[in-house]
Amino acid sequence: MIVLNINGESRSVDVPDDMPLLWVLRDVIGLTGTKFGCGIAQCGACTVHLDGAAVRSCVLPVAAVGTKAVTTIEGVGASAVGKKVQQAWLDIEVVQCGYCQSGQIMSAAALLAATPEPSDAEIDVAMSGNICRCGTYVRIREAIRQVATGQKVAPQTLPNEAPNQAAATGQVLSFVRVEGVA
Amino acid sequence: MNVRFDQPLGESQPDNPSRREALKLGGLVVAFLWLGGGAKVLGRAAAQGPVAAGDAAFAPNAFIRVGTDGAVHLVMPSIEMGQGAYSGQATLLAEEMDLGLDQVVVEHAPANRKLYANPLLGEQATGGSTTIRFCWTTLRQAGAAARALLVGAAAAKWKVDPAQCTVARGVIRHEASGRSLGYGEVANAAAQLPVPDKVQEKDAAQFALIGKPLRRVDTAGKVDGSLQFGIDLRVPDMKVATVKACPTFGGKLVAVDDSRARQVPGFVAVLKIDNAVAAVGEHFWAAKQALDALDITWDHGPNAQYSTEQLFKDLAEASKHGTPIPGKAVGNVDGVKGKALEATYQLPLLAHATMEPQNAIVHVRPDGCDIWTGTQVPARCVDVAAKLTGLKPESIVVHNQYMGGGFGRRLFEDPVEQAVAFARQVSYPLKMVWTREEDIAHDRYRPAYYDRIAATLGDDGKPVAWTHRIASGSVLATFAPGAMGKNGMDSDAIECAADVPYEFPNMKVEWVRHDMPEGVHLGWWRGVGPVHNVFVVESFMDELAHAAGKDPLVYRREQLQKNPRALGVLNLAAEKAGWGKGSLPARVGRGVAVAAPFGSYLCVIVEAEVSPQGEVKLRRAVAAVDCGIAVNPNTVAAQVQGGLIFGWTAALYNGITIKHGAVEQHNFNDYRMMRINETPALEVHLVDSKEAPGGIGETGTVMAFPALFNALFAATGVRLRSYPIDRAALVQGPDALKAVITQATDRAAAAKEGMA
Amino acid sequence: MKLVRMILALIAIVVVGAAAFTAYAWFIVGDGKETGAPQPAAAGAPASLTDPVARGEYLTRAADCAACHTVPGGQPYTGGVAFKMPFGTIYSTNITADKETGIGDWSDDEFVRALHAGVRKDGKPLYPAFPYTSYTALSRDDVLAIKAYLFSLPPKHAPARPNELSFPFDQRWGLSVWNALFLKKQRYEPVQGKSQAWNRGAYLATALGHCDECHTPRNAMYALKRGDALSGEVLQGWKAYNITSDKTYGIGNWSEQQLADYLSKGHASGRGTASGPMGEVVQYSLQYLTPEDIGALVTYLREVKPQQGSAGSEVNDRPALALASSASAPGAEELAQGGLGQHLFQGACSSCHLWNGQGRQSEAAALLGTQAANDPQAHNLTQVILQGSTLRTAHGETSMPSFGQAYTDAEVAALGNFVLTHFGGKPATLTADEVAKRRAP
Ligand code: FES
Ligand code: FES
Repeated sequence: MIVLNINGESRSVDVPDDMPLLWVLRDVIGLTGTKFGCGIAQCGACTVHLDGAAVRSCVLPVAAVGTKAVTTIEGVGASAVGKKVQQAWLDIEVVQCGYCQSGQIMSAAALLAATPEPSDAEIDVAMSGNICRCGTYVRIREAIRQVATGQKVAPQTLPNEAPNQAAATGQVLSFVRVEGVA
Repeated sequence: MNVRFDQPLGESQPDNPSRREALKLGGLVVAFLWLGGGAKVLGRAAAQGPVAAGDAAFAPNAFIRVGTDGAVHLVMPSIEMGQGAYSGQATLLAEEMDLGLDQVVVEHAPANRKLYANPLLGEQATGGSTTIRFCWTTLRQAGAAARALLVGAAAAKWKVDPAQCTVARGVIRHEASGRSLGYGEVANAAAQLPVPDKVQEKDAAQFALIGKPLRRVDTAGKVDGSLQFGIDLRVPDMKVATVKACPTFGGKLVAVDDSRARQVPGFVAVLKIDNAVAAVGEHFWAAKQALDALDITWDHGPNAQYSTEQLFKDLAEASKHGTPIPGKAVGNVDGVKGKALEATYQLPLLAHATMEPQNAIVHVRPDGCDIWTGTQVPARCVDVAAKLTGLKPESIVVHNQYMGGGFGRRLFEDPVEQAVAFARQVSYPLKMVWTREEDIAHDRYRPAYYDRIAATLGDDGKPVAWTHRIASGSVLATFAPGAMGKNGMDSDAIECAADVPYEFPNMKVEWVRHDMPEGVHLGWWRGVGPVHNVFVVESFMDELAHAAGKDPLVYRREQLQKNPRALGVLNLAAEKAGWGKGSLPARVGRGVAVAAPFGSYLCVIVEAEVSPQGEVKLRRAVAAVDCGIAVNPNTVAAQVQGGLIFGWTAALYNGITIKHGAVEQHNFNDYRMMRINETPALEVHLVDSKEAPGGIGETGTVMAFPALFNALFAATGVRLRSYPIDRAALVQGPDALKAVITQATDRAAAAKEGMA
Repeated sequence: MKLVRMILALIAIVVVGAAAFTAYAWFIVGDGKETGAPQPAAAGAPASLTDPVARGEYLTRAADCAACHTVPGGQPYTGGVAFKMPFGTIYSTNITADKETGIGDWSDDEFVRALHAGVRKDGKPLYPAFPYTSYTALSRDDVLAIKAYLFSLPPKHAPARPNELSFPFDQRWGLSVWNALFLKKQRYEPVQGKSQAWNRGAYLATALGHCDECHTPRNAMYALKRGDALSGEVLQGWKAYNITSDKTYGIGNWSEQQLADYLSKGHASGRGTASGPMGEVVQYSLQYLTPEDIGALVTYLREVKPQQGSAGSEVNDRPALALASSASAPGAEELAQGGLGQHLFQGACSSCHLWNGQGRQSEAAALLGTQAANDPQAHNLTQVILQGSTLRTAHGETSMPSFGQAYTDAEVAALGNFVLTHFGGKPATLTADEVAKRRAP
């Protein structure tokens, strides 16, 4: 029996020592928000936090977790930073298919918790291990900046209960990534 | 969260349950055909009303139900794989019914091609950037009809003129008397009213939702991990399998020694089919460990010596000696005098590499079969399952799921077919999950192409003759043989080659079919036909501009004078990118491409830098898009951004290669993906247009290739005519490779000097 | 005229001399007398193992037959592994008991002669890629135990791949000359005055484990330079490090625990992870040795004469850039410098290795203090990036994917240089040209 501390709860699992944490989470415990993308630490879809640090759970043997606190996408919203990240993700609608986004959010939350105001270069450092096949990178940058600065640096979505508002304006609508905003 | 999940797991689903359930529940049901313009609402049904399921004469193939609780349900013929289809279609309905987008409950359609075929594709399929296009008119008309019936019922109750009633968020109001009723309260009454002959959809000026960057309906569950993809589902008593198919195309399984696999804790079984073996475990890890411990003997079959070199040799041969099928002929290209140019382009096989690897849960029972999977073609999944199990199609239920990316991969049901073939050997529900390695090695690959293209320039440098011969395999011939032209033409192979935005007085476009050896499967890939043709056409246009001694953007502008929408995006992109303004550092160049794929118009300008060692860095990109009315401009921009990155990824790094009959790539280490630190500053500018919507999901990918390659030419003077980019060809002199590489140009500084 | 005659005479003498020597060489190669040499007191398998096949299995593993006679993912002991030598490519052969393609009809004496004298069943000499220059020290009992084990396995049909050697290296008679010069057919004799553990370690390291074959430099004739024993050599693009007891350039500073861990598990905390050919040695061979035997090996290695070796490199365990980094980011100054290598490390490497080099998921990914990050020529670093590495032991599997296929020479060079400077504090030396050469050693 291995005892894990996951999202603040203690869970006992009867699994081999070398089973990666990813499969313990997904197939044994049933926390499927953490995704499988490559299994070789190249894509980041399986990112979870271990005592707050982002780790790739697909190559982390469960026995190596020890007493460290595991946080998954299902639990990251309990922290102030996690919640803000999730909100920014909705506000500028980072998500496309969404499959990589658990990992993206976990990486972003770990970055912002450690470095509340990351530079562009720091964002790249923290997020380059996460692949998004849908190509949402531009918005990931924007969303992280939005959390860091508290400023709306990119076009925001309207909540979808949108009331009747004036019709679209007769102009070019731009979705511009503003260079150098930090 | 206003998206309804599929049926509870483990429960069998009768044919078209939502609809029967709808009829039982009462309310207003509006059924209609998903036809192009001019479609009309065909009928409606009340509680236990006469429009019972599948009334043949009535033949409705989709429906909207307004429940007595006021909830408005829309059964979605399209599927959601990240492109925003659910939200886009729901927006059209909400717009006409004066609802908030949150008030529409979206349901996955069951497999039934009679009811849910996409009329633009002739199949119950999602693809080809057709989702909004095929229902733009019908869905709005259906919504308007529903609104008319509901308002009519309220007005009748109040005995007032319906025209005096207004609706906001599903509440009908008669201002003069101050009375109001919710949709749910009049739903049953509305069901008794005759269907109006004619309804008028809103004028663009009245749009409240269309054109707004509304938040999508499916994203909330994707940021908190609660939304389940196919790969996340767990069915009671299921076991998990992972698979290894013969690495060689067309090879067969000979024998499996599972003595080591049996030692793996959690091992359940080894299952065999003709060309693959599955290890089954209590969980994926056990299955994977067991699979790795199998000693498998393969018969590598007839393609054991096949290679990519052979593929291109064959294509070149076909191009030279095969029978060309005419695709387009204007004037006469022969004997035109002037400066002649010609070039050969060669495009690789490509994999989809959806982030969510292929998977399906299949439960075969004596009396039926349930399939849980994310598929772009639910009806085809039923077909293959029926064929393999001998069960009646009616007893096979596909529970469609959200997809972690499609890009065309899930238009092919082969993983489901394989899962059924394994699952029918066991009594429990079998969840099959492919490893990434299996996903890369057994894809339906984007075809390889071999293009010979030639042009003659007149004295003024304008092209007076244009000849383009394409050689490739055909996806259409296997996907929908009936859709092949009478003369054997595959319209997809020449899309955007036969119909270019320019006018050439003499033009000949033809296609030579060359089928792949058995076992090598081709498939649609994001951008389908145009992703190949626009690359070739727009690269060659650049070659012509260069030969004519003209600025490539100005050169295009000259040929686009009769094409205002194309000209519009060209000028917009030029302005936003500052084309022709400012000077660029050495080995930095800008490239432009313009095209009109899928009914939309796009111009993309890329600024790229090439290091002395040939490494490519994208510095900035500007896209100008005229897709007609953008139902959701935020989604349109997202699709263009993502589409560009999808295309650049392939341009920079991808190409499936075959050696000894097997794919040489495995995972993201060697089938490489662009990452955030390679992503340029990226702007998308949408033209505010009143034209009917064009397709958008694939367009960015189509544009990515030529804009980048043209930029590389501008930066280095080297014209590359294939991908992945041959970075060795971009090396600046032999000494560059002898240099010790410690630091590249500082990225931030470089970006600042760029287009200001 | 006199001069001409003298020259002719000289030539004649040389020719006759060479012919005589060759004949002599040929004769002694076929000589079976070595089998009568005295038996060493040291036996390779632990005394506790009494079952002959179990002894044979232990010895076969200790002699690491599998690494050279099994292609990755292939049937064990069926051969086919390519050895790229400066003079061509040699393929290992099928050593299962298959009569047609393996060694099924070899007699005991023939098998012993192969290991002791480097001679095939047909009497032709074997290439010294087969380490008979080490195995010659094995006792006849041990050799026959190995044979018994191999014959206990199911025979597999697997014809040998022909070697690809250019003239004159394809002429096997040349080997007889080589043997006459370099092969000392001698059984191991315990060294008096040394402990039992040391002697056991010596037998394991020299006769069975044949450490010299990789770690000892070779001369122009491809023969081991015994005087420089274990001071490091580059083979097939990989560097077998200096494992003498030199404190700076060898392993003199490693703790007993580190040495034992490295040998038995393929990883020593703060020292690195076995990869490439050494990874195979651990995977196929060393992990199966008893703790006592590992201890004996350590005892022996501890006393190997310290040598600087050529191009020795000092491991810098306090590299400034790695120390200035956190687990998740490089120091601000370094980050500001950017660069292709750093850029690639961000995407493909930092997830596992971490910027401070501690390794994240598994300590096998730690880079700090490793020889790989400190070798100024970055031999193994380049190879690991190009080919990846997998280490399978009883403790599980750790692996690193290969990047050679999708990354250009310039990228591999830039990445290698980044690792050298960041984790080893060594100057960058790799060029794209050099990486291109190493792709095809
Ligand atoms: S699944 Fe773990 S990094 Fe890809
Ligand atoms: S949103 Fe689809 S992979 Fe990132």
